[in-house]
Amino acid sequence: MTVTVKTFTSSSEAAAALSSDRNARYLGGGTLVMRALNEGDISLSTVVRANDQALMRIDPSGPRITLGAGVTFARILGERDLSFLHAPARSIGGPAVRNMGTVGGNLFAPNPYGDFTVALLALDATVALQGGFGSRDIPIEEFLQSRDRQAGTLVLSVSCTRPTSAEAFRYRKIARIKPKGGSVITLAAHLPISGGRIAGARIALGSMAPTQIRARAAERALEGRALDAATVAAAASAAAEGTSPSDSALGSAWYRREIVGVHLRRLLLGQE
Amino acid sequence: MAKTALQFRHNGSDVAIFVDGGTNLLVALRELIGDMTPKFGCGQGGCGTCSVLIDGELHLSCLTLAETVAGRSVETLDSLKQGPNLHPLQRAFADNFAAQCGYCTPGMLMAAKALLDRNPSPSRAEVVEAISGNICRCTGYEPIINAILAASGGRASA
Repeated sequence: MTVTVKTFTSSSEAAAALSSDRNARYLGGGTLVMRALNEGDISLSTVVRANDQALMRIDPSGPRITLGAGVTFARILGERDLSFLHAPARSIGGPAVRNMGTVGGNLFAPNPYGDFTVALLALDATVALQGGFGSRDIPIEEFLQSRDRQAGTLVLSVSCTRPTSAEAFRYRKIARIKPKGGSVITLAAHLPISGGRIAGARIALGSMAPTQIRARAAERALEGRALDAATVAAAASAAAEGTSPSDSALGSAWYRREIVGVHLRRLLLGQE
Repeated sequence: MAKTALQFRHNGSDVAIFVDGGTNLLVALRELIGDMTPKFGCGQGGCGTCSVLIDGELHLSCLTLAETVAGRSVETLDSLKQGPNLHPLQRAFADNFAAQCGYCTPGMLMAAKALLDRNPSPSRAEVVEAISGNICRCTGYEPIINAILAASGGRASA
């Protein structure tokens, strides 16, 4: 199928082209849009690209780091300052997909993909968007809830919290095929400790709802407490609350609900 | 629909073609240039048999918009040939019975080349990771891993 390809040198021009055409999609690394084209997706008539170097920028310094939307997972793996993001980046695809797939594109990846976004959700990320009428920053949760309506906006970058210690951020992707496979479920936990107690717990889950979601009941069970066995047990038993997983070839909704607490417990206790 | 002029380096030679909008690199290589060494498997990025090197980096040609390689260097399995001789990786695949039906072999070889180009003596775990995006539906992974280790000069242990 033939589509029109529009390539721009600036992201603002690309954003304008994207917002003015309902059948346009932005091409990042290609792992979603080219796949749709290969499958003959007729809703797609225009492909928009931008060769804007600003989209490739990484700012790894400070308490909040920023990743341009066009940054690939391979580049994240090459940044020593971003070691807290290496586990989620490595859990995506094989080497070729990591050389192609981008941070911005991952925000749009449907289940069983979008694992990096699970990590970003736990790290209180903010998404910088450029629409037809200027740019704005929105919390990643708000972005994910309105993801289907974001097709006309261009993601410029994503910022997230740098965990204060390696212990404070944990990530795990449960897959049937190792080392590469689609997610049965994916979990990420950010547990800042202040005075021996958890302050600002964020637990994010992938493949437990139509988009990545926070496990708010589990967060409440952790908040203000020490990370001991009783607290972990309470969080684990609350993990499935508010989730709405689906059946897929990788696992049934029932199975996902059964295992999410088990894997959250292991993640919080640092067990394999 | 207008065609786009596209020039890039293909296995060390300059090529110029006209592509339709939305054409992927795999179609451009096979149908417009006539290089049949990268294979079409899934068209979804799941199998790896279309793997090529773009500026030395492993990419999936079926998920690469052809016009994004303008001015860049694309290497396919065909670039490994050295006259009548096999490339050391190809020799190792043959010696270690690493090809059964052979359909995954082009992608496996390019993934292995991408690994050995930057890590000449990988561990077994690094080899497994390097071919983790390539599916062999004959499930002949062990001989493939052993062949890559053998080509790297490492010991091919069972």
